Amino acid sequence: MSGYASGLIAIMGINVIFAYGIYLTAAAGQLNLGGAGFQAIGAYAAAILSIELGFGIGMTIVFATLFGGLVGFLIAFPMLRTRGVYMVLATFAFAQVVVGIILNSDTLGGSMGMIMTDYVEYQVILGAALAVIVFVFYLMSTPIGLAMRAVHDDEAVADLMGVNKRAIQIGAFTLGGALAGLSGALYAFYFGFVEVQYFNALLSIFVLLYVLIGGTQTAWGPLIGTAFFTLIPEALRIGEDWRFLIFGVLIVLMMIVRPEGIITRDLLDRLWLRLSPGGRKNA
Amino acid sequence: MPDPILRLEGVGKHFGGVVVLEDVSFDVAKGSRHALIGPNGAGKTTLFNVISGVFPPDEGIVRLNGNDLAGQPSRKRIGLGMARSFQNIRLMPHLSVVENVMLGQHARPGLLSKLKPVGLMPSSREKREALDMLDAFGLEPHPGQVVGNLPYGVRKKIEVVRALMAEPQLLLLDEPAAGLNSSETAALRDFLMQVNARGVTLLVVEHDMPFVNSLCQQVTVMNFGRRIYDGSAAGVREDAAVLEAYLGGHRSKEGSTNAA
Repeated sequence: MSGYASGLIAIMGINVIFAYGIYLTAAAGQLNLGGAGFQAIGAYAAAILSIELGFGIGMTIVFATLFGGLVGFLIAFPMLRTRGVYMVLATFAFAQVVVGIILNSDTLGGSMGMIMTDYVEYQVILGAALAVIVFVFYLMSTPIGLAMRAVHDDEAVADLMGVNKRAIQIGAFTLGGALAGLSGALYAFYFGFVEVQYFNALLSIFVLLYVLIGGTQTAWGPLIGTAFFTLIPEALRIGEDWRFLIFGVLIVLMMIVRPEGIITRDLLDRLWLRLSPGGRKNA
Repeated sequence: MPDPILRLEGVGKHFGGVVVLEDVSFDVAKGSRHALIGPNGAGKTTLFNVISGVFPPDEGIVRLNGNDLAGQPSRKRIGLGMARSFQNIRLMPHLSVVENVMLGQHARPGLLSKLKPVGLMPSSREKREALDMLDAFGLEPHPGQVVGNLPYGVRKKIEVVRALMAEPQLLLLDEPAAGLNSSETAALRDFLMQVNARGVTLLVVEHDMPFVNSLCQQVTVMNFGRRIYDGSAAGVREDAAVLEAYLGGHRSKEGSTNAA
């Protein structure tokens, strides 16, 4: 496989895992614009564990993921005191605080970043991404996934149906933090270094766009959204100068044509009906 | 008279200085079909919210099967045998019919069952139960559809079926007939009779008096946050306080068949 193709698979894999981290909170009705902060935590946790503490690659990835989950759990409590656009701002501020701490910490390399001594190949990332995809599809198909979508649609009614919405929301932040942390650890090991400039506001915006443009109603959304954002700019490389302009126009068109995301329940129902005549009865 | 399934003892609620409920007491007999009526602003929906635990009463006690519900959060009440529908349909717009109905199973105990990938299984016990319940009430045609696209009358029934999925002993229905035409209302009455025949007690807020008279045996009337009548459906048209609340003090010889 060419270096270009394997590089694309690796980036795509990291972005898919990252997007699912943001998707889990969005599926339960919370918009997280602090993605870069959670990913940075995973990346720097991996750097410290691997370089400073001498952990192996496997253990480093596991612990960086768990650490991301722990931060997601702890941060859920102040975040869930806010709602709607204020939560978007609060999560955004969280990411800026994380970046600020890293930038001012000598232990974490400040603006110079840290250079990794171990590396992973794209196959590891591909495997992790496939495992995450399977996990999220599984989770969303369980009654817990149903409860998450119910909390997204109507918190008050979900509560009266017996759903513990607070547990669902905290759980979504925890799992989301873990997945973002995992993507950060894989990023560190694949690219061989971590630098704080990468984890900027634009990254948080992009990953949330992957999720929102893809659609939050089904587990397909982040997958399609990430592919859209990762592969289309590559395909547009032919017209280098116009690439981001064309891409921007495409995003705007997407939002006009499919405001609820590319993949919606309705779309899947229609596809299902077309594919199987008995689909309506069994769907 | 059988034991009351629901007993309200001096329930009061105020928002700031506005008294919405004042000293409301009545019993709902087990297995009965009980109506709660009253002019707009009488406090009926507020009373429903107090009963279902959306907010606590400022005074008084709500008892379900004799147990004081104070301190039971709203999400636990469905597990205690109380489910409700809403004045404006509140189904989950992005879930399919069968998923909405399966949400009604959420209050059942068992953490392991919450981890079962029911959405990926072509046929699970949970999904079959939901489909059977839809089927039993003549709603089998569209289980896979997203509910947002369905007609109003169908969605009203799905909301009731969702509540029934929790196997409640007491079902609170907030204006189930609102927005339905006369044939749909008749179908809804038959539907609710069928629900009641399964042993579910009904407490119904409703404005449509012919509907109330044909469905309910017992009627409680509220006005300005107070209970002004509690008795048989037949007696309500003869009651002076009720006539005054609805007709402004003129006792009509004919009575009113449609107080709304």
